[in-house]
Amino acid sequence: MSRGLRFNVFRYNPEDGDSVPHSDTFFLDETQSMSLFIALTRIREDQDSSLQFDFCCRAGICGACAMMINGRPGLACHTLTKDLPNEITLLPLPTFKLIGDLSVDSGTWFRSTHEKLESWIHTDKIFNPQAEEERMDNALAEDIYELERCIECGCCTAGCGTVNMREDFMGAVALNRIARFMLDPRDERSEREYFEVVGTDEGIFGCMGLTGCEDVCPKHLPLQKQLGVLRRKMAWSAVKHWFRFR
Amino acid sequence: METVYTDLLCIGAGLAGERVAIQVASAGFQAICLSIVPPRRSHSAAAQGGMQAALGNCVMGKGDSADIHFEDTVRGSDWGCDQAVARLFVERAPEAVREMAFWGIPWNRVVAGKSTYFMGGKQYDKVEDRQKEGLITARAFGGIAQWRTCYTADGTGHTLLYTVDNKLVELGVTVHDRTEAVSLIHDGETCIGAVARCLKTGGLRAYLARATLIATGGYGRIYRETTNALINDGGGAIIALDTGIIPLGNPEAIQFHPTGIVPTNILVTEGCRGDGGTLLDVNEERFMLEYEPEKAELASRDVVSRWMIHHIRRGLGVKSSYGDHLWLDIRHLGPQHIKTKLREVEAICNNFLGVDPVTKLIPVRPAQHYTMAGVRTNKDGAVYGLAGLFAAGEAACWDLHGFNRLGGNSLAETVVAGKMVGEKIAEFLQGHEVHFSTAVIRDRVARDREKIDRVISGKDGHENVYDIRNAMQDELMERVGIFRNGTELQQAVDNLQGLYERAKKVGLRSNGVGANPELALAIRIRGMVKLAICTAYAALHRTESRGCHAREDFEARNDRDWLSRTLATWKEGDHLPTLNYEPATKVEELPPGLRGYGASKIIGGN
Ligand SMILES: Cc1cc2nc3c(=O)[nH]c(=O)nc-3n(C[C@H](O)[C@H](O)[C@H](O)COP(=O)(O)OP(=O)(O)OC[C@H]3O[C@@H](n4cnc5c(N)ncnc54)[C@H](O)[C@@H]3O)c2cc1C
Ligand code: SF4
Ligand code: SF4
Ligand code: FES
Repeated sequence: MSRGLRFNVFRYNPEDGDSVPHSDTFFLDETQSMSLFIALTRIREDQDSSLQFDFCCRAGICGACAMMINGRPGLACHTLTKDLPNEITLLPLPTFKLIGDLSVDSGTWFRSTHEKLESWIHTDKIFNPQAEEERMDNALAEDIYELERCIECGCCTAGCGTVNMREDFMGAVALNRIARFMLDPRDERSEREYFEVVGTDEGIFGCMGLTGCEDVCPKHLPLQKQLGVLRRKMAWSAVKHWFRFR
Repeated sequence: METVYTDLLCIGAGLAGERVAIQVASAGFQAICLSIVPPRRSHSAAAQGGMQAALGNCVMGKGDSADIHFEDTVRGSDWGCDQAVARLFVERAPEAVREMAFWGIPWNRVVAGKSTYFMGGKQYDKVEDRQKEGLITARAFGGIAQWRTCYTADGTGHTLLYTVDNKLVELGVTVHDRTEAVSLIHDGETCIGAVARCLKTGGLRAYLARATLIATGGYGRIYRETTNALINDGGGAIIALDTGIIPLGNPEAIQFHPTGIVPTNILVTEGCRGDGGTLLDVNEERFMLEYEPEKAELASRDVVSRWMIHHIRRGLGVKSSYGDHLWLDIRHLGPQHIKTKLREVEAICNNFLGVDPVTKLIPVRPAQHYTMAGVRTNKDGAVYGLAGLFAAGEAACWDLHGFNRLGGNSLAETVVAGKMVGEKIAEFLQGHEVHFSTAVIRDRVARDREKIDRVISGKDGHENVYDIRNAMQDELMERVGIFRNGTELQQAVDNLQGLYERAKKVGLRSNGVGANPELALAIRIRGMVKLAICTAYAALHRTESRGCHAREDFEARNDRDWLSRTLATWKEGDHLPTLNYEPATKVEELPPGLRGYGASKIIGGN
């Protein structure tokens, strides 16, 4: 006998003058290997075709489908119902602007984060199409890739106590991104320049090291380690900075 | 209504769209990209395996050259590609990989000294050259003579897309994400932009542009079982076809990938087989050796997919509640290799199947994967039929891939074509002034608005949009799949035409207010069914087998009659597309011959 599942889903359509925030309940019979992607799609197609949520790759790689699943941020597409109790409560990710129901505007947030961080390789060199590529140690390439794996799902942001208290805190995703560039010799920014980006209370000094971020990261990025490294580097940078300006 | 003006409107912000935008913005023009999702969630991010370019750095790729890459590409395409395009492409691919390195891709690099690798389940040794240490390395892929596929672990598409998007942000190019183009604005001669629907508010916007680019990716979602993302439903091809003027090139050319996992069709990369993974049947025995003694699991995709289905039909598949499948075995590669080089694969198997590939077999079956079909362009990326309109990437039929794309050639295509088409658009913008006719714009917007109103109000009927989509997907899967024949194809065309009539009568069940998902599909559905009909109809008419197009009733490749490209247009009011043909290639550097794998029945040319 398959389980009967009860879904409590947050509903609100800001574009609809008649809509007020509330929760709707849907029932489904569980099937084999049922994920929240399969469940929500079924609800939309068979029960309520106005239900808004975001799935894109449905393979855990695009980061579109993060939501609060029984109080915890996670990727809905790779959450299997068999790992959840009979009653499943779904809310949109906090900290991002709501578009409707379970769908949030992460795109705008991330774009402004990339701009703030200047998340690109800063270099004075000019690309020479004829030249052989610059060499890099494979181990270093792998270390960079390790941090590059972030899919910008926003789970860490939603799981972070600091972000929830102060809106301007960059969050682990941004700090990890900066750590990635600091590791990369192609980015010629000086420690001082990085410091200007993240050496603030909105940046690394706002982080209280509560590990909420790493616990919920679906890609298991080593966020704590990166935050630690960044904190030490930036604290040291702060000291140097302070002496220089005395 | 909100109207936005720009020099270049890029419909699509995947790798192709963004690469074009970067080139055009670097030349000093303004570009705006539209995307259904935030750009980094575009399906380019899903590409795992890698990108082809003949660098020849790793020892297994020693002596590789643009010429060998060219031959692999033409053979892979089963002589369906435009050889002038293939030549341009292979010459510029190495530069594109290096440029990406310059922008920040952490490409895997050559590690000097001895290491081991697997081929066909056996372990071999290789020694990497000390002089090449630290240069960009490559891996093996199906259908290629040399190890030529540059990669970053198994997240190549992800790192490429993030890096290209970083560059886009650096240049300050605007992206309007959650914006879906619903029609092209044109006067029958020149394209002047597009009407788009905001997927945050549901409102319409007009984008007026001196040049417009279609870079909307593939449209695998017309099939039930596909590796493509949910948003890959053909927006760009639909709005092009809707003009009645622009042809789709080779709509029958649809690739299946051998290894979609069962049941969700999520792809596990060809890199698995490239790195030595094997395919096993119900008896846990390798079977590809029997069919392709030389290339075995590494024959091209169309060939491997066909043999898999053939083997299943012989009753040697593994039975499951989701239908028969085969096994992919990567256990022998060992935990070290799997956990570093095939990490996404490991995650996919664990998360979506509950299977650990280090110790267990992976259930796989061919699934729709790539649309070689697309909006037909010339070698500069200019779309046939309308001035000021361009296309690039998977959405385009440039035609690098002919009847079968080689693994790793499409990521390369997005950035190589992206740059080249970007250069051409910049040139075009230099000398091109347009007149934005208000009557044309007003008429276009009014028609889109009316269509939306009718769907919301249910004026034309109350057909359920999901039922129609599902029926269409089943039809293509069952009758226009890996093996095709005249009877089934005719049946598919007939059934799809019935669905097309029903699609005109779709009415919403919800209220359609705001970013309503049912409405988004309802706007698209007619176009999707048209694409499906084009696929089935063009397949019916191509009475030969070539690349991915395998006719059971016409098993031979027919170079005498079919060295040609289908061009399908759809005139307003018609129930079927009009098919025309052009020569596959004007330049014939490599005359048609044997591919070296797959069936070899050929009806000769001249
Ligand atoms: C699972 C998988 C693995 C792959 N692995 C490889 C590989 O290893 N090597 C390789 O070479 N190739 C691979 N491919 C193929 C390759 O990834 C794609 O062909 C390529 O990335 C397509 O890029 P694109 O820019 O053309 O399209 P996409 O990246 O799909 O981008 C399309 C863009 O268009 C937007 N869009 C779509 N419709 C509309 C609309 N109506 N209005 C506005 N915007 C719209 C989307 O939002 C998106 O931004 C793989 C494909 C898949 C599915
Ligand atoms: S460690 Fe805590 S405070 Fe710091 S980013 Fe992570 S969750 Fe937020
Ligand atoms: S660090 Fe992890 S949780 Fe945060 S956005 Fe990236 S992938 Fe998501
Ligand atoms: S849909 Fe892409 S991560 Fe879930």
